[in-house]
Amino acid sequence: MFAFCADPDTLETARWFACYLTTGKHMVFYSSFGTVLLLLAITAPTALAFGFLGAMAARGPAPLSWIGKTYIAIVRGIPDIAFFLFFVIALDQGFEWIRHQILCPDWEQPIRQGNDFVVCSAAKLPLSSSPQWVHEVYGFLIAVLTFAIVFGAFAANVLYGAMRAVPQAQIETAQAYGMTPRQTFWRILVPQMWVYALSGLGNLWMVLIKATPLLFLLGVEDIVYWARELGGAKTPRFTDYPHGDWRLWYFLFLLVFYLAFTKISEAALERLMARLTHGQAFGARATS
Amino acid sequence: MKKLLLTTAIAFAGTAALAQDVVRLGTEGAYPPYNFLDDNGEVAGFERVLGDELCARANLTCEWVTNDWDSIIPNLVSSNYDVIMAGMSITDERDEVIDFTQNYVPPAASAYAALSEEADLEGGVVAAQVNTIQAAHVAASGATLLEFATPDETVAAVRNGEADAVFADKDFLVPIVDEDAAMSFVGDDVPLGGGLGAGVRESDGELRETLDAAIQSMKDDGSLNELILEWFGEDALVFE
Repeated sequence: MFAFCADPDTLETARWFACYLTTGKHMVFYSSFGTVLLLLAITAPTALAFGFLGAMAARGPAPLSWIGKTYIAIVRGIPDIAFFLFFVIALDQGFEWIRHQILCPDWEQPIRQGNDFVVCSAAKLPLSSSPQWVHEVYGFLIAVLTFAIVFGAFAANVLYGAMRAVPQAQIETAQAYGMTPRQTFWRILVPQMWVYALSGLGNLWMVLIKATPLLFLLGVEDIVYWARELGGAKTPRFTDYPHGDWRLWYFLFLLVFYLAFTKISEAALERLMARLTHGQAFGARATS
Repeated sequence: MKKLLLTTAIAFAGTAALAQDVVRLGTEGAYPPYNFLDDNGEVAGFERVLGDELCARANLTCEWVTNDWDSIIPNLVSSNYDVIMAGMSITDERDEVIDFTQNYVPPAASAYAALSEEADLEGGVVAAQVNTIQAAHVAASGATLLEFATPDETVAAVRNGEADAVFADKDFLVPIVDEDAAMSFVGDDVPLGGGLGAGVRESDGELRETLDAAIQSMKDDGSLNELILEWFGEDALVFE
């Protein structure tokens, strides 16, 4: 990075740290913060969409509501970590299996050979000839999808409750005005339910922020992975910047990051709440 | 329409042939000197050099990827990469799930390292990495096994007193004991496993033979021994 970094052993502390903190490995560490933030930015709306569909299905007529309720119950009931380990392999193999059926109809060998899962090389996802970044993007998208499915179920439960919390009188009034069920749902129910959903969704958002270290289970190298890797003791034979066990400092840095992020989120949620309750008799509601 | 389909099929066959030529090598990247991430975040170490040389000899285009040790075998069998080169000892249990090439490091000793000479290796607490032959050995030895996900954490556990000793490949511990005056080897070395080999899927016999031939050629011309001496020091075990 800097010209004086050529021989780190001879540097005094400040310069040594300037060099140390700008090694290629640290740059990857810094960019992994971007990965985590990007994951949150994509996952949150996707999970909300999953949740909305789930809640709508759960409220719907009989066969549809079974699907919605089963989705909610299964995902909420299974430990996250089991789901993540299962999904990363099952989704990936599912996609490859479908592609295999389409792309290689005359393949003769079985796909499952003992422990091995083998599809024709044209069906590999991504193709094993594609560059490393394609593999990383693919892994990231699998991660987003898995997070969205898991958190979508919790969001569905929150939204389902919120939809039921909207006062019945509102719905009846809408019907009295001659609105169709569809109009009632979109114009009366949905705008009012957010207030009831917000504290539950806010909690989910906080849990989602803290769940990002699960990313490494899915093969995405996140900030916790890099903090552990960089903080581990380094012997001089394998690096220009040997140091002892510094994991404490790296994790302390992560702690500050997560706390700050939580604080910002809280402030944002508070403002959102104020905005959503604007003009609504919520909180200080009279019983008239 | 039929012609179009045919052309697409040929195009796919073409990419399939190309795709075969890229071999993805999976490693842990946390087990120096075998494999680790250098200051630029790239895979480096003995296995990096060896793997690149094997690929050059076998005319393969190779790409390195890192994977958590714990899920390194499941990700191989579900075809996320094609070869494991991660300081993995050839054992019967692993051989049931995947196939190994011939060994590229002879069966080397595992050793205990501790802060004091009197560390109790039979009744005390011994740290080892999860899912390793060393962990299996500690569990069988009667000592209390303390497992960690990464090799680095096993050493840290000894330094902070959580464990009485760490049990790992001696080649991994040598640089650590050399650098740290407080740490020393205790007890006798224990020979474990059948040496280190590259793991491939059981259905991937062709790749296994290719790599096997490349390893054999490095054994025959002595370059593998040179590489072992360069990375593991003068006292390292070499092939006859």
